[in-house]
Amino acid sequence: MKRAIFLAPFLAGTVQALANDWGMGEANSKIERANIFRPLSTPAHEISTLAVFVLAVTTVIFVIVSGLLTYSVVRFRSRRGDDGSEPPQVYGSGPVEFAWTAVPVLIVFVLILTTARSIYTVQAARRPPQAVGVRVVGHQWWWEFQYPELGIVTANELHVPVSDPPGSTPTFLELESADVAHSFWVPRLAGKTDLIPNKTNVTWIDPQEPGVFLGQCAEFCGTQHALMLLRVVVHPRDEWDRWVSAQRKPAAGDPSVANGRRVFESTACVSCHAVRGSGAVGRFGPDLTHLMSRETLAAGAALNTPENLKAWIRDPAAIKPGALMPAMNLDARDLDDLVAYLVTLG
Amino acid sequence: MSTTEAWEIPSRGRMAMLGLIVTESAFFAIFVVAYLFYIGKSLSGPTPRDVLEPPIGGSIALLSSSITVALAVRALRGGRVRAFRAWWLTTLALGLAFLIGTAREWERLIARGVTIRTNLFGTTYYALVGLHAAHVTIGLILISLVLAFALRGYVAAPEAERTELLSWYWHFVDGVWVVVFTTVYVIGR
Amino acid sequence: MSTIEHDAVIERPESEVSGLGRLHELVTTVDHKRLGLMYIGSALLFFVVAGLQAAVIRLQLAVPNAGIVPPQVFNRLMTVHGTSMVFLFGMPILTGFFNYLVPLMIGARDLAFPRLNAFGFWLWLFGSCLLYYSYVGGEGLYGAGSAPDVGWFAYAPLTERPFSPGNGTDYWILCILLTSVGSTATAINLIASIVGMRCPGMTLRKMPVLVWLALIWSSMILVALSPLSAAQVMLLLDRFLGAHFFDTQAGGSAVLWQHFFWIFGHPEVYILVIPGFAFASEIIPVFSRKVIFGYEVMVAATCAIGFISVSVWAHHMFSVGMTPAGNVFFATSTMLVGVPTGIKIFNWLATIWGGKLRFRTPMLFCLGFLFQFLIAGLTGIMLAVVPFDWQLTDTYFVVAHFHYVLIGGLAFTIFGAIYYWFPKATGRMLSETLGLWHFWLFLIGFHLTFDTLHFAGMLGMPRRIYTYQPGRGLEAYNLVASIGVLFQAAGVLVLVINVIRSLRSGAPAGDDPWDAWTLEWSTSSPPPEYNFATVPVVQSRRPLWDAKHPEDPDWRYE
Repeated sequence: MKRAIFLAPFLAGTVQALANDWGMGEANSKIERANIFRPLSTPAHEISTLAVFVLAVTTVIFVIVSGLLTYSVVRFRSRRGDDGSEPPQVYGSGPVEFAWTAVPVLIVFVLILTTARSIYTVQAARRPPQAVGVRVVGHQWWWEFQYPELGIVTANELHVPVSDPPGSTPTFLELESADVAHSFWVPRLAGKTDLIPNKTNVTWIDPQEPGVFLGQCAEFCGTQHALMLLRVVVHPRDEWDRWVSAQRKPAAGDPSVANGRRVFESTACVSCHAVRGSGAVGRFGPDLTHLMSRETLAAGAALNTPENLKAWIRDPAAIKPGALMPAMNLDARDLDDLVAYLVTLG
Repeated sequence: MSTTEAWEIPSRGRMAMLGLIVTESAFFAIFVVAYLFYIGKSLSGPTPRDVLEPPIGGSIALLSSSITVALAVRALRGGRVRAFRAWWLTTLALGLAFLIGTAREWERLIARGVTIRTNLFGTTYYALVGLHAAHVTIGLILISLVLAFALRGYVAAPEAERTELLSWYWHFVDGVWVVVFTTVYVIGR
Repeated sequence: MSTIEHDAVIERPESEVSGLGRLHELVTTVDHKRLGLMYIGSALLFFVVAGLQAAVIRLQLAVPNAGIVPPQVFNRLMTVHGTSMVFLFGMPILTGFFNYLVPLMIGARDLAFPRLNAFGFWLWLFGSCLLYYSYVGGEGLYGAGSAPDVGWFAYAPLTERPFSPGNGTDYWILCILLTSVGSTATAINLIASIVGMRCPGMTLRKMPVLVWLALIWSSMILVALSPLSAAQVMLLLDRFLGAHFFDTQAGGSAVLWQHFFWIFGHPEVYILVIPGFAFASEIIPVFSRKVIFGYEVMVAATCAIGFISVSVWAHHMFSVGMTPAGNVFFATSTMLVGVPTGIKIFNWLATIWGGKLRFRTPMLFCLGFLFQFLIAGLTGIMLAVVPFDWQLTDTYFVVAHFHYVLIGGLAFTIFGAIYYWFPKATGRMLSETLGLWHFWLFLIGFHLTFDTLHFAGMLGMPRRIYTYQPGRGLEAYNLVASIGVLFQAAGVLVLVINVIRSLRSGAPAGDDPWDAWTLEWSTSSPPPEYNFATVPVVQSRRPLWDAKHPEDPDWRYE
């Protein structure tokens, strides 16, 4: 409220906010845009095919009905020089009513059958033994990805192997929530499935090409719902194996950043964050064991560079207002040391 | 059809009471559904089986008050104002007896540590039974008002329709108790 | 059974009333026409306020990464905008129209329970004020709150104490509880009036379509609003007494809230749009100069919509992980509701067919409604196709779809109804020239905004986000959508100017400016307090047609 009165700083703030997207605008433009009609995974593909069919049916209906409407509006307009008499009064017609009841019923029947078939194709798919299992836990406002069979915990960027035809390796996701309802959505890979506290949902993807796919939380989950972003990184098989073995290693222990490590372990950082192989076992925030292997910070709010990392720790609200991570109020030296330590967590 | 003398349409009072009963039924239905949904889902005890006793006496009192209220309305229709007053007073007494029974039950449960905060059973039990008890209370207030008017001699045969409408509400409250009783003390136990 | 009472009527002189006296009259009035206009007036006020909120929302989203409002403020704006448009504009303005029109159309002198009517209005008005009061009173014990910021369907457990401190959510609950009780009171009143107050000769089959739809509308309110109230009471118990209905930490279910909310929420959509059908069913025949085509079918189709609409609620929840069978059931019921809706569109089309169309402003708005509601229905079918919905739900496609229903459908017919009945209520015509400006500006703005938002949704833009990053291909759609708001705002401004001008110096309307056929046009404009000097007697659905065409009256064909 008060800001609106002092217009100048308000505008300045706007311009600044516009200018600083923390590197994400450029990063996004390198990734192919999300689009539900450019599927690259079986569930999304199934949906896209069905959607095109439904669009065709509805377009035909639209053209016919709106054509009739337009015709009658033009044809039956009252004309200049009309004698002012009332047109013939028609009260109704049984056969006509029957016709325009029966036709929609038939269309609905066809649509229901195709819909039901697609529902079962997506929802009743069985999990093959070679599938990768991931437990997805939604938090306000970030994603936790656990790979129970691989012993990996990471955040915000879901890594999966490509699932090309010869040896399909789909990824099955168990969706849960630690707080409120969220929804997992990567348009090019699958439709939405909600993450609901006290309930475990399942969805699956089998991306057929390597690449990076953008998604985000699709159920309103509080202040920073908008910046609960998500990306799926699909690796070719050899690259996937390398990623897995790198992630399974404990955190790097670089003695040259011992100061930063001390700052990390002696402040409140550890009550929320975990670094495997150190004393930090917090669960409220993302696991930082391999922080620098991630491309973004704060669930996709900023590009993961040392400068952004420093800005984030200094004042999370500057990047993501309302984020639950508090500003740590470190002095300049401690902050530099801490960032130096964190960037070794590759 | 153009004659106006033959123009008879349903009474607006009856329609309105019917409307109220429909909307109240939908209201109760949601609470009943919540109760049924949460049966056996409490994360901790006590369970209904541990603490609940079916309130047989109270139920008999409440259900028989439906009969007495109907007798009261019939008496009023027939112009027997004294009989009306007697049956009406009986209804009030029976309703009160039911309410006292509920209060005793709650007292006992609270003494055993079951409150609305305890678990899902406590939450749904107090909400549903309390909602019904609130309706009984409202009914009793209305009945007392009519009784006060009746004792001052303002209620006679012309008021039969209005008292009948009130009796509809009372029958509804009784009917709801049958559902609540079945839900809480039969299915839920 | 009771017979119609012919009350004695006294006319009060209306001049020489001071400002305070007029206020006193407003506060104490039980006249259905005055209460109707008070409903409509206050609802339009909330419409402007909630519209301005929408404008701020669109300003924030016009460009990526904008900093016009912080996320907390944005979330409050979208919650209050949604709640206001449904409970503070949609419901009351329809209540207002039915309040005003139903007694006139059934030839009665008031509603069945005038004092209940006034009670409902004041309950609604003060309930509505609570929502806006939350901006100052919502701080709560810890100064942690303000207006509600949980979205208009307020999914649990986001609304539970740990996630929603302060009292914003409590004001939201109370606002909805009170306005719902007010609406229920009106619904009961309308049912009692329509069933028990019709003038001699008006059998159920001779009621105007609007009255039939008001009856169906009221019945739906009875069964749809109380589940909402029940759920709100549960949430209140959770928040104040520590109950666990939706407390997932104690085993409560988040999905149960969704079920309860949408058991209200989906019939509610039809509760909002059926009055739009009612207005269109009165306006389209008069300006086509033809009797409505298929009266019985129109009524039956609306009944069918009413019945089916209580079994479609979970189509808002296709992504919560229901079983395939559950999904198929709700897809089926949702698509089936499209059948009677389609029938209605066809019957309006048949009413136009063979008529002599007069393109006055009310008719233009209703024609806009027909085209836009057709599109809204078809996007609704897309959303009923469950797998398609998995992609579309909770995106801007849904936002565009329901704004098509509620603006393209409902708001257009409401504008039409304002132009159509304004002469009756005030005795003065609205300007036809300004009406055309209003129509075209609003039409262009509406399509700029909501046509484009469909595409933003299909390209991955979820609803309820306060910002989006650049580089995701959403910029152009959002900018165009925001520009559309300027046109819509200009259109509404023209309406306001038109109303103010006409109230001062509009052309006198006369009793029956549109050469219409229902009873309200048989009395003076504005109608006297007692509506009709003598209670009318009708023989058909169009009593004024019978009077104007004694050689070819309607009752021969009905």
